[in-house]
Amino acid sequence: MISKLKSKLEGNNFLLVITILLFIALYVAGMIVFSDKNFAKPQVFFNLFVNNAGLIIAAAGMTMVLITGGIDISIGSVIGMTCMLLAWMMEKQSMSAGLSIVIVLIVGCVFGLVQGFFVAYLKIQPFIVTLAGMFFARGMTAIISSDMISITNQSFLAIANAKLYLPFLGTVNKKGVMVYPYVYPSVIIAIVVLVIVFIVMKYTAFGRSIYAVGGNEQSALLMGLNVRRTKLKVYILNGFLAALAGFAFCLNSCGGFVEQARGFEMDAIASAVIGGTLLTGGVGNVIGSLFGVLIKGTIESLITFQGTLSSWWTKIAIAALLCFFIILQSLFTAFKNKKIKK
Amino acid sequence: MNIKEKKEVLTMRNISKNFPGVKALADVDFTLREGEIHALMGENGAGKSTLIKVLTGVEEFETGEIRLAGTEGVIINKSPQEAQENGISTVYQEVNLCPNLTVAENIFIGRAPRKCGGIDWGTMNGRAKEMLKALNIELDVTKALENYSVAIQQMVAIARAIDISAKVLILDEPTASLDEQEVKKLFNVMNQLKAKGIGIIFVTHFLEQVYEVCDRITVLRNGALVGEYKVEELPRVQLVAKMMGKDFDDLASIKKLAEESAKKEHKEVFIEAQALGCHGKINPFDLTIRKGEVIGLSGLLGSGRSELARTLYAADKADQGKLKIKGVNSHMAAPIDAMKRGMAFCPENRKDEGIIADLSVRENIIIALQAKRGLFKLLSDKEQEKFADEYIKVLQIKTASQDTPIKQLSGGNQQKVILARWLLTHPEFLILDEPTRGIDVGTKTEIQKLVVKLAEEGMSVMFISSEIEEMLRTCSRMAILRDGSKVGELDEHELSQENVMKAIAGGDR
Amino acid sequence: MNKAETSFKKLMSHRLFWPLVCLVVVLLFNLIKTPAFFKITINNGVLYGYLIDVLNRSSELIILAVGMTLVVASSGGTDISVGAVSALAGAVCVFSLGTGAAYNMPYGLGLLLGVFAGVVCGAWNGFLVAKMKIQPMVATLILFTAGRGIAQLITGGNILYVKVDSFKRLGAFLPGVPLPTPIFVAAAVVIITLLILRKTALGLYIQTVGINSKAGKLVGLNATLIQFLTYAFCGLCAGIAGLIITSRIYSIDANNAGLNIELDAILAVALGGNSLGGGKFSIAGSIIGAITIQALTTSLYAMKVTADQLPVYKAIVVIIIVALQSPELKRMFKALKLKINKTSEGEKVTA
Repeated sequence: MISKLKSKLEGNNFLLVITILLFIALYVAGMIVFSDKNFAKPQVFFNLFVNNAGLIIAAAGMTMVLITGGIDISIGSVIGMTCMLLAWMMEKQSMSAGLSIVIVLIVGCVFGLVQGFFVAYLKIQPFIVTLAGMFFARGMTAIISSDMISITNQSFLAIANAKLYLPFLGTVNKKGVMVYPYVYPSVIIAIVVLVIVFIVMKYTAFGRSIYAVGGNEQSALLMGLNVRRTKLKVYILNGFLAALAGFAFCLNSCGGFVEQARGFEMDAIASAVIGGTLLTGGVGNVIGSLFGVLIKGTIESLITFQGTLSSWWTKIAIAALLCFFIILQSLFTAFKNKKIKK
Repeated sequence: MNIKEKKEVLTMRNISKNFPGVKALADVDFTLREGEIHALMGENGAGKSTLIKVLTGVEEFETGEIRLAGTEGVIINKSPQEAQENGISTVYQEVNLCPNLTVAENIFIGRAPRKCGGIDWGTMNGRAKEMLKALNIELDVTKALENYSVAIQQMVAIARAIDISAKVLILDEPTASLDEQEVKKLFNVMNQLKAKGIGIIFVTHFLEQVYEVCDRITVLRNGALVGEYKVEELPRVQLVAKMMGKDFDDLASIKKLAEESAKKEHKEVFIEAQALGCHGKINPFDLTIRKGEVIGLSGLLGSGRSELARTLYAADKADQGKLKIKGVNSHMAAPIDAMKRGMAFCPENRKDEGIIADLSVRENIIIALQAKRGLFKLLSDKEQEKFADEYIKVLQIKTASQDTPIKQLSGGNQQKVILARWLLTHPEFLILDEPTRGIDVGTKTEIQKLVVKLAEEGMSVMFISSEIEEMLRTCSRMAILRDGSKVGELDEHELSQENVMKAIAGGDR
Repeated sequence: MNKAETSFKKLMSHRLFWPLVCLVVVLLFNLIKTPAFFKITINNGVLYGYLIDVLNRSSELIILAVGMTLVVASSGGTDISVGAVSALAGAVCVFSLGTGAAYNMPYGLGLLLGVFAGVVCGAWNGFLVAKMKIQPMVATLILFTAGRGIAQLITGGNILYVKVDSFKRLGAFLPGVPLPTPIFVAAAVVIITLLILRKTALGLYIQTVGINSKAGKLVGLNATLIQFLTYAFCGLCAGIAGLIITSRIYSIDANNAGLNIELDAILAVALGGNSLGGGKFSIAGSIIGAITIQALTTSLYAMKVTADQLPVYKAIVVIIIVALQSPELKRMFKALKLKINKTSEGEKVTA
């Protein structure tokens, strides 16, 4: 049993375990320090998901891209564009919510397809390709409408505001009524995406070839994998997930404006890195990225609960964590290389 | 035994292949029989790797034919995948697997057993375990490959190779990074496969191993076939002779020069190494080099000759022993320290470590002098042009202009530029690691003459080459290396082809 | 005669030829669309006009592009933290000068402190990249995230205004000088950088390390130190750019100062014909790239394109330029041509 646990702890799981432990430590610390402010209430925990549903979806896609050894810095803009497009189609074109959602998801796929073609087939650096993608999507958002559009579509708002109560973890409030924690549909989408991506990455040939391509592209080619097609598929999937994240994001914001979700891509990258994904490719998994997002969320709630600390401490704390993980990874990789050489 | 009666599995006939300016393969024949381990031998540039690449579809060939038993007609492999489908698998020196995937996945990727649309991990792990068991290896196949030693990775690569196809297995220097125990294990596996009737092509630089495990040897030299021999009919010394070549050309005159210079009294000691070593690269060695002598480092590839030179130059930092330069104890942390003490170093791998591809001939010539002078003493354009002109003339470098990027020059001219780079720093001790590899005969002669001339002028030169003839012509003394250790020295009156080969081969056997 | 011909050929094959063509195309486009683009007028002893505006507005981008060029050349990676570092430098400067009616400390010292903050940030990035061997983008992601946070920490999350009038001069006009000050600052940075590169061997060293760091080590160069220096220098440039940005609006908004300018700086380097893979570089190219970006921006403004729609056109230009440089695309076209030829030949045979 212990040896099995030990073997699980070895290798790249090590980084993941540190991430999870860190999350638990942060959360427990919060529960102790802010016990008077109800930090321990289950709803606070579920709010982490409610507030970060879009980021969880986006980080899942980003993780896949990073595992291939690529990067996609366009997703923040794509999310912004998705929100705007949804709002515009429903409000200005009076289209149905369902049709609008399908269209934005298709747009996301096409966006990913174009970027993927440039990266995989024209072999242009992913950073530059997705930088152009970022500009393009942000500009398109403004072209659709430079003013903010709020969504009033009834069926969309119905989805957005549907509180789904969980049948467990109820607490008794001041009035003595049993209150159950709730989540919104965006959380369900995020969880479903997470589970699917996890299964795909772990159990399908496609998922494993993503790891193979990132681990050693040359070897993957020699072993008969279609490297280019694998990369293309990953970028398409990532485009789709970015659009889906945009939808989830829109469920929270119920509107579109030009500056929406600016810088979101860096949050997603930071979450993945904190979750143990190496930007050199080949290593990482979505569970780690989930915890990366949760850590970021926890830091935010801690700072909110504290009340007197200003919002910029979030950025500084996240950067410090990022720094810690990057240096840890760098040392870890160096150590591993040494071991292999021996 | 009756090897002759065995069926031929692979027949290559009259294979020719040209690279720009070089004949890489000229009418080479190669035959592999069923259940045979066949060594493919030759020094660097002999054409071994080109032959393997042609066979596995990495490179195209121009003329000749390849036939495989059980396949009608001539086959041409256009890619490694196609070669695999035809029954030829290769295990490369650097393991070509994905270190981040599990052992089982590495064996099965691209063709994993499936269940319900997903990978059937249970079946896959089970089969992987069985296959490795058949090779006498038991390990946790669900762990990532990177957790295992290179030896195990090599075995996993072999398991993958033989599971895909089981006619011809090519092992391209698989033992380079293995220790003795691991090599034994590998040989066991090879013998098992042999018993099953698989033909194995074994490329290696270690003579011992050839005699331990192989049935036949094919020797290549300079892109041409030297011959095919049964192991028991070819003693070591003869094998070395065949690999290194005995062909004399019109360069005998150089040797006379070398002898003359050798006769001169060597006075001052320039550099003296005492038990100098670098862990994992070269075992501790003693070496004394005097002014005005040409010392050769001889040994097969991988014997540690380049590593010795790199340690002297502080390209690899020595971690034990002492180094005295002109009698003064010297601690050198980086090449710049060696340069400041009068050393210069032409690396073995011209493309990776020598040329700065995108920079001009002029910049490539002056860079070492500039580095030695320091950041703030920039050579003026005029000085740069003057130096470049001078050396382009002296060394007869063929280039359109001194502003031409060095990558556009031929190999020989690139080598001359590197030489110019170092001569410009006026070194007292010049290390040349394979300076004549892959360049034309004319330039080779020029470089050899230059080495002798420089020594006459009082420069100490260390000369490393795979060609024994060349070494005999230029060197006044030789240090012999084998398996990462310096094993002896030959002084001028001991220098003969026979003695050198005996020393390299490690005795008369 | 012959000489003239060869010099023309030389011009064609010059690495700055295509970046210059890009710039000229943008300007020509303006000549047709907005003839007023080229008009320069004098008002109150100061020069006005779109062209002046392009030069003025591109100043900080030029400064950043100069630093970025060296980082790219030496390490084959980009520094994505320069925007955040600019904001931080501005915040440090404003904070130390104070928001009162008079400066808290000598004006020059305040500027120096701002620039110093930039250098410290650059040195940190350099340490991570050169010494710890962390990928440049990941290493600079740390300050990308933290930089604005620290800047806000300094400003207390407020937009700080400097009330002393002389503070505006760096971003506007010096008394009696008809050209905006940023142009002079940019020119000074460029000239000093070029002088350093021309008068010392640094330029050669950077290229050598960027092209082949193994060979660089063997010829006696300290690759780690050289990479470190380029990052520190890039930080310095970010600091100077930050001061200009701050002075333009005589205030520091840590959230928005220099927002996304790192992307433009990287773009300027690429448009200038420099490979993002490192190695040979041209400062002049990056400057042309920076001016091209600003000219494109200004001309689109002149055509009444709004600021937020601008990125679309930028993206299209970028993708066209990089796609044209892709060797894969050329290979694909060649293969396609061959295929068409073959099939047409095959048709001929069958016919």
